[in-house]
Amino acid sequence: MERLENLTAKEIARRVRDGDISAQEVLHYFYERIERIDGRINAFITVTKELALQMASQVDAKVRRGEDPGRLAGVPVAVKDNICVAYVRATCASRILENYVPPYDATVITRLKREGAVIIGKTNMDEFAMGSSTETSAFGPTRNPWDLERVPGGSSGGSAAALACAMSPLALGSDTGGSIRCPASFCGVVGLKPTYGSVSRYGLIAYACSLEQIGPMARTVDDCALLFSVIAGRDEHDSTSIPVEASFNIEGGLDLQGLRLAIPKELVGEGTHEGVAKTFFKAVEAFERGGATIEEVSMPSVNYALPAYYLIAVSEASSNLARYDGVRYGFSFKGDGNWSVLYAKTRAKGFGAEVKRRIILGSFALSAGYYNRYYLKALKVRTLVKRDFERVLKKYDALLAPTMPMPPFKIGERIKDPLSMYMVDVDTVPMNLAGVPALSIPCGFTEGLPVGLQIIGRFFGEELIFKLGAYFERETGLRMLKPQTW
Amino acid sequence: MTSLKTKLFCSCPSDYRGKAPNTVVCPTCLGLPGSLPVLNRRAVEEAVKVALALNCEIPRRTIFYRKNYYYPDMVKNFQISQYDYPIGVGGKISVKVNGGVKEVGIKRVHLEEDPGKLVYKGSIEESPYTLVDYNRAGIALLEIVTEPVIKSPREARLFLQKLQSILEHLGVSDSSLEGAMRCDANISIAGGARIEVKNISSFKEVEKALAYEIIRQRSLLRMGRTVERETRHWDEVRQVTASLRTKEEEMDYRYFPEPDLVPIELTEEFISSIKKAMPELPDARRERFMKVYGLNEYEAEVLVSEKSLADFYEETVKLHNNPGRVCHLIIDDLLGILNLKGLSISNSKAKPEHVAQVAGLLDNELISIKMAKYLLKKAVETGSYPEDILKAEGLKVITDKKRIENLVNQVFKEHPEDVEAAVKDDKVIHHLVGLVMKLTRGQADPALTYEYVKRRVNQLRKTKAT
Repeated sequence: MERLENLTAKEIARRVRDGDISAQEVLHYFYERIERIDGRINAFITVTKELALQMASQVDAKVRRGEDPGRLAGVPVAVKDNICVAYVRATCASRILENYVPPYDATVITRLKREGAVIIGKTNMDEFAMGSSTETSAFGPTRNPWDLERVPGGSSGGSAAALACAMSPLALGSDTGGSIRCPASFCGVVGLKPTYGSVSRYGLIAYACSLEQIGPMARTVDDCALLFSVIAGRDEHDSTSIPVEASFNIEGGLDLQGLRLAIPKELVGEGTHEGVAKTFFKAVEAFERGGATIEEVSMPSVNYALPAYYLIAVSEASSNLARYDGVRYGFSFKGDGNWSVLYAKTRAKGFGAEVKRRIILGSFALSAGYYNRYYLKALKVRTLVKRDFERVLKKYDALLAPTMPMPPFKIGERIKDPLSMYMVDVDTVPMNLAGVPALSIPCGFTEGLPVGLQIIGRFFGEELIFKLGAYFERETGLRMLKPQTW
Repeated sequence: MTSLKTKLFCSCPSDYRGKAPNTVVCPTCLGLPGSLPVLNRRAVEEAVKVALALNCEIPRRTIFYRKNYYYPDMVKNFQISQYDYPIGVGGKISVKVNGGVKEVGIKRVHLEEDPGKLVYKGSIEESPYTLVDYNRAGIALLEIVTEPVIKSPREARLFLQKLQSILEHLGVSDSSLEGAMRCDANISIAGGARIEVKNISSFKEVEKALAYEIIRQRSLLRMGRTVERETRHWDEVRQVTASLRTKEEEMDYRYFPEPDLVPIELTEEFISSIKKAMPELPDARRERFMKVYGLNEYEAEVLVSEKSLADFYEETVKLHNNPGRVCHLIIDDLLGILNLKGLSISNSKAKPEHVAQVAGLLDNELISIKMAKYLLKKAVETGSYPEDILKAEGLKVITDKKRIENLVNQVFKEHPEDVEAAVKDDKVIHHLVGLVMKLTRGQADPALTYEYVKRRVNQLRKTKAT
């Protein structure tokens, strides 16, 4: 049996479509890897064996009948556990949803199914996507495949880790303040935070509606673009989704001559780890070699992005998480008391500490007497950040920055100090505030740990940033990275 | 907003009344994790229609907000509603009050979703459990708030009736449906604190609840106590208000713009297309009734106070073109009959055809007024047609002169003292006519009867004199 873990998703799909290999064989191959590896990584909360086998055999039946099984025929996809797959539990890595089973598919899942993808499992995450290390999960942390003592990043840590050890060739994550890009960077894989509005949020269990997007994660830029083209596009179930052109061919090389790139100096300042900065600056030379110009640019509002993000996100979260009261679904406290006692005790027991912290912060920021000072002010800062991006992206075709200001830190290192944890998002949150797309690709190593490079584009400018990413990948050969151990 | 086919933010049918609990639901109106709202376009159209009819200003864009609070009937523990930039502001409607006209200012009109329904076993205090039915969750509601200019419970009721008539004429709300209109009343006395009274289910109850509050607050003031800001609950069974929330417990709703929805642009074209399609409103209809049918203001006002009544009137006039006669039959007779039986014009068996026939019979002097009332009563009770009843019960009006003469003679024979009195005083002639009517169960033609009675009395006078 050929080592399927060395094939791209695109390759796997082609072989399944051509009948060289069956979807079920592909599935069993990756399940065997999961069974062997995941005990030490803890990337998966639920392995969806029954569903996956059903999906795989449907694909095989189509191939036999000569019907088109889809662009992702037989390709396993690991799905972050805050995205609803019908009749499969969706926990958001929280006790309060430990046994919650949604009765409907998220739109992205419907689209995956239509293209023949096979949902291999639901991946671990920070509880309700609140975190940058997958340590707030109620089901234990996921470990970084590059160093088991370190975090894989968060909140889509399970998806990133699954890719890094090739337990699945494709994965879906969600990015509210960096939750796809951070783990992509820490695990040496590719992840895209799409332009806000380009991927439907219907079926994404909400944390902060105006900031988050479901996004594709993969081991090559090309696979990431393929997955994006399947999930992106206007959805009538999501009032904030917009029609987008998502199918582009990035294989044809990109001529970088005359392309103007810039590095926002606020994103690679003195807070950046020396080894990360060094790796980053070396990496971006690849673009210069191709004929692009790189300049430094200043975006002063970016310095206020982190507090603005944390105020807006927690405010929306305090409202989005109000529904978890034990009445209709999820964990429900059994005991004496009227409805408000039931609610309070259900939430006290069901939510973890970080979730509670953010709900309290958000309720405070929205409360009478404080709304103007905090929430409204944060919205104004957000507008400034957005304008800053619009300004620089008029002059430049794309921006470059490190994804994370440090290499993956040790498990337990920051979790006791929430503010130190929030600080790691400093390079990723500005893009969520503005809504612009950002792609994280592996660009090297420091101290043996992966470093990620962010390519930031204009609104709906995924095509260019994918092409830039593909160019970089070709130039450097940094693709399909996997620690030897696995 | 009973004219809408689906809920405000999802495609669930709006026809939820009488359905098995928790069956008219979907991920969105259940607020399931990951679900998203999608705005019902027709709801915005209907809301703008109402705002225009209430003479409101319509903003360039309207925005939805989250109103955050916890309660078991709330699927998301926030309600999607409106705060700044509602559908309409600064309107007014005229209400006939105490023989004059009062302008009641409309502060705002806004859209919001209905929560679910809580069901108790017995009263809210005694029930061992609470059941929740989410069929109603997500239904579109239009909230209309007045300026605090209403001066009495009666004024409040009159205002509500006028408002309901407008909404009926717009086709936006069918008031016969359960829960189609709900009212929260706010009252403050002598510039004191505002008390909000919730859970009032009908206009009559509004008047009663406010009257009760006035008495309650006045007695507090008389005892030297102050009235503090409070929210109270109207108990229809016990006819009292009970405290729900004091000002310390007043909720902070932490309003913020709903991030899952986008602001709605209300363009000039959109608004003018709605203006063009606006149906005839009560005030305009009243004016038209006065002009075209020659009714006086009181009559026209009564008829347009309920759309179904005004429709019934116009249908009847189409069938029998005597607007005055039809108006009187309806206002003087039919409404009284319906009232006594606790029926309304739309749920009794009487149809415009019935009234048209009765009017025709009257105009042709084929029946008496008393007979007309009888026929209307029968129409309401059984839906039988007047012509059929007359035939069936052999109750045709007696117009045969010979018969009438015989009947009058019979009465004169049986009531000599009354005849004496009539000879002395003309006024007693009516009494004699009445006796003939009694004898014939109202069938004798009153004019002919009167004529003959008068003739005989005059004859008797001449005879006496000489």
